[in-house]
Amino acid sequence: MKLKRVDSQTCTQTGSSWLRSMNPNLARRKFLGAAGLGLGLAALGPALAREAKAASPTASGSPVTQVKTICGNCAVGCGFIGQVQNGVWISQEPWYEHPINAGSLCSKGAGAREHVVNEHRLRYPMKLEGGKWKRLSWDQAMGEITDKLKGIREKYGPEALMILGSAHHTNETGYALRKFAAFWGSNNLDHQARICHSTTVAGLANVWGYGAMTNSMNDIRNSKAIFVIGENICESHPIAMQHVLHAKEINKAPVIVVDPRFSKTAAFADLYVQQRQGTDVALIYGMVNVILQNGWEDKKMIADRTYGFEDLKKELERYDLDTVADVTGVPKDTIFKMAKLMADHRPSTVIWAMGGTQHSNGTSVVRSYCVLQLVLGNMGKSGGGTNVFRGHDNVQGATDIGVLSDSLPGYYGLGEGAWKHWANVWGVDPAYLQSRFKDKALMERPGFTVARWYEGVLMDPKELGQDVNLHAAIFWGHSTNSISQMDRVKRALEKIDLVVDIDPFVSNTAVLPDRTDNVYILPAATVYEQRGSVTNSNRDVQWRNQIVKPVFEAHTDLDIMWDFAERLGFAKEFAKNQKKAWGKDTLVEDVAAEWALGMLSIGMIGQTVERMQRQQQWAKVFDRDTKKAMSGPVKGEQWGLPWPCWNEKHPGTQILYDVDLPVAQGGLGFRARWGKEAPDGKSMLAGKGAAPVGSSIKGGYDEAKGWGTDLSRKAIEESLAKGLAPFGNGRARINAWNIKDDPVPKHREPIHTPRPDLITKWPTYDDVKDLYRVPTLYKSLQKPEWAKQYPVVLNTGRQVEFEGGGSAERNCWWLVELQPEMYAEIHPAFAVQNGIKHGDWMWIESPEDQDEKPSRVKVKAKVTKRVPPGMVFLPFHWGGSFEGKSMAGKFPQGQVPYGIGESANVVTNYGYDRVTQMQETKGGLCRIMKA
Amino acid sequence: MASTQSSNARMKFYIDTKRCIECGGCEVGCKNENEVPMGIRRIRVVTVNEGEPGETNVPIPCMHCTSAPCVAVCPVDALFTRQDGIVQVNKDTCIGCGYCLYACPFGAPQFPTAAPFGVRGVMDKCTYCAGGPAEPHSQREMQLYGSNRVADGKLPMCASICATKALVAGDSKDVTEIAQKRIAQRGSGEAPWGWSTAYLGA
Repeated sequence: MKLKRVDSQTCTQTGSSWLRSMNPNLARRKFLGAAGLGLGLAALGPALAREAKAASPTASGSPVTQVKTICGNCAVGCGFIGQVQNGVWISQEPWYEHPINAGSLCSKGAGAREHVVNEHRLRYPMKLEGGKWKRLSWDQAMGEITDKLKGIREKYGPEALMILGSAHHTNETGYALRKFAAFWGSNNLDHQARICHSTTVAGLANVWGYGAMTNSMNDIRNSKAIFVIGENICESHPIAMQHVLHAKEINKAPVIVVDPRFSKTAAFADLYVQQRQGTDVALIYGMVNVILQNGWEDKKMIADRTYGFEDLKKELERYDLDTVADVTGVPKDTIFKMAKLMADHRPSTVIWAMGGTQHSNGTSVVRSYCVLQLVLGNMGKSGGGTNVFRGHDNVQGATDIGVLSDSLPGYYGLGEGAWKHWANVWGVDPAYLQSRFKDKALMERPGFTVARWYEGVLMDPKELGQDVNLHAAIFWGHSTNSISQMDRVKRALEKIDLVVDIDPFVSNTAVLPDRTDNVYILPAATVYEQRGSVTNSNRDVQWRNQIVKPVFEAHTDLDIMWDFAERLGFAKEFAKNQKKAWGKDTLVEDVAAEWALGMLSIGMIGQTVERMQRQQQWAKVFDRDTKKAMSGPVKGEQWGLPWPCWNEKHPGTQILYDVDLPVAQGGLGFRARWGKEAPDGKSMLAGKGAAPVGSSIKGGYDEAKGWGTDLSRKAIEESLAKGLAPFGNGRARINAWNIKDDPVPKHREPIHTPRPDLITKWPTYDDVKDLYRVPTLYKSLQKPEWAKQYPVVLNTGRQVEFEGGGSAERNCWWLVELQPEMYAEIHPAFAVQNGIKHGDWMWIESPEDQDEKPSRVKVKAKVTKRVPPGMVFLPFHWGGSFEGKSMAGKFPQGQVPYGIGESANVVTNYGYDRVTQMQETKGGLCRIMKA
Repeated sequence: MASTQSSNARMKFYIDTKRCIECGGCEVGCKNENEVPMGIRRIRVVTVNEGEPGETNVPIPCMHCTSAPCVAVCPVDALFTRQDGIVQVNKDTCIGCGYCLYACPFGAPQFPTAAPFGVRGVMDKCTYCAGGPAEPHSQREMQLYGSNRVADGKLPMCASICATKALVAGDSKDVTEIAQKRIAQRGSGEAPWGWSTAYLGA
């Protein structure tokens, strides 16, 4: 049925019309003058709110333009349409044709407009002077900051600066930021991926070559069973549930949810499995044992496409079902049931997020998931795969593009060859780049990470992997409250000489330290006020249009970066490449062309801006089940041109490692990344018959020589012509010999374990002297007495309304109204035991190895059966309050977020992944008491 | 074509409780579209059996009932049912007595409560994104009632953006068809949530 259009002539959207009367760049919400209510939100009565509507509107009738864009919250990659009138973002419309979300949005996306039209947005640069926030002009602020940076560089060298980049940056901004750090002369640059999916990237890359989700959100529609472990889809990636429910309802796919906490997603499970935190490897191995004992494994995939299966079988001997049941807390028959469901319903997908990654053996956990999928033969198949749900809108892109302390763009690493390749792309002499660094050794050594950068400030330089402390930190779209050990972060922010916070809102960083000077805040544009490409979780590279120009005095990230480079004296070298110099007006497109020049290693080279924009216009022709365009000029293309997209005609690769397709249509074997032979002499090339359709070689083969560094792409084109994958056709590694401690994944007890009796059999690693330039403790901290002193298991996680540190979302009252305060979930019986009632204030204290006193937070009890007795769950988005004291007074006037509360990461425990330094925030202990 | 069909149109909501994930998209989308002030919630998601097997989420807007009890009890006839079944309030007539709140089985009527002496403001509720009794698309309509999507041939924002298509809006015929299809698929035989209360005899 079609409803009658009342006035088709003036199809002007008058929704939010009162906004148009105001500043054309930003309409202000008058009633929000009563800011700073924080927790007392409910006190703000609607009578006050009514004022907003009384504001006098101007004449209507100006044309409304519709702008298609990509949501800036999570990595599902939903599209929506922003409506703009007179330069003001007045409303949103669903983008029904978008193949991923079909118009749907969660609370964050539905309220995206509030990121721009918001009273709390930073208006101008500011600095903290004598304990007060003082307004500065951009020129003065940038002048002062760069003078200080130059002074620090002169005195201590380039390694004294830490840059914390962002997964909310576009590919262009992220790429330019990595380049910026290289031209500044330090690898001390990192971003949020370190603390969300670094172990996923390292784990997957070490198994089969690429560190990314293998299938896609839409492909879940084709799954016959869905295995979700350590991921709360309903809150973290709500729109992906559309595809999960499709498979559940249409394919009758059983949904298995494994989580220590009965999450909102668990409510949709056909089988809910409550495991003990940090025991994933044991649980998966229990399932694999059941599969092997019953002969349910895919023998062909194991024989032709894997390496190290015999080593796995040996390790599996330690995981008989009684042992696994004891370690994981999951009954034997449940383990059997899980294995049987997965074996009976193939292809089945495995989905995980931070419940799987944030462990001291996180990389092993991830690799164990891969083992399960290899044994079941679910890899390279529609409906199967390892579907990693990543966090921020461009966290996959920021990782690909190398906002990392241990790699240049495209996972090239930091070796001499990597620098040579990128110097070639950038059109500079490698010797020039080296001259920017302290020395060659530091140029090739990973820098500090997001997880432990603060130790670079606090520790004696003698203990560090560089001979100076950090003296300046630039937070460029990064909240500090997502980093564990927050009391140490606070101390570092107090000790460091210079703090620069570049953000659309005042983030926790600017207010956390007790200091009076040398903190600068620069107003950045939000994602909706900039254009560029973003890569969603499943490698879809989508173009995001700018909805409105930056409000107030906010600048785009690239403009700020260019300004920095100019003032620091390397703009000329920074803003050019082998082919051309960047233009100020075409900055975004020029940078996009540059990454497409050099990102050969992952085939992020066929996605031109024109192709991305063309797809946006033709969204309607893409099929939702296959993500393939059925007609139009984009016919045959995959939505988002998921990498590898080997050239400008390639459709993109929706499903990685699928040998049932020709390479030219998105087929691939596993990447032959580790040579032709393993150290034990066995072949690392795929077996006969396991080659992509149309391949001129019918089995495995090595990578094409020079394919990753030849900018003319000759080797890539030659491979494609022969139906070969440029990166070869190898075997997935169950045994990754370069990971010395765990060549085959092993269960290891968390450092702070509630089961000290298991430490002897399943110990953690030996301490490490230098991991990303800082000493890292394992065995010396894994003390049995923790469990006695801190008997409660600590768990943290997401709330659907917020994301990351929440500095933007907690400033959006539409969201804060739904989720007004911080809380701790506690089971009713456990609450009674501890004399705590619903709504009571309680203290949560956690062990702190490096300090005399325990860390603690004061939060309200939310009594609920979501958590089992003996566990406390904290959402991790909160900030603005520290150890029981509000920090509201430390914000610039009128910019206290509507929602402030204690940060969970004050009490999350010490513990880091052995490979990537991922923080162990999903395995820790605490104790609780009524406040 | 459109006019002959719309003369028989009867707008409804279908709430698929097997699909709602409580993401809050409907609640925020409503705020964004209609500029609903703080404290007024034209739609809210209610969760029952939280944290236990059987946990269910129900997004509850005004159901725009067939024989709407709010319309029946309103002493000043401020509430009325449009030809297309949408129930609306005339804010110029409403005296804020609150009878409708007690009559409504879904908790739809909302009242600003900040006035002195316990006086209620005039009632506000879900308009099915169809504005209210004022010139369509006028400033006055926007200020009093919010957006008028229905006049533009668009469905309510909450249902338009629902994450899992759990909240479905549209003409009775279409909505019923979708509901029947889903119910048959699941073989559950359950009637759509709230329909026996809201749409009896419709």
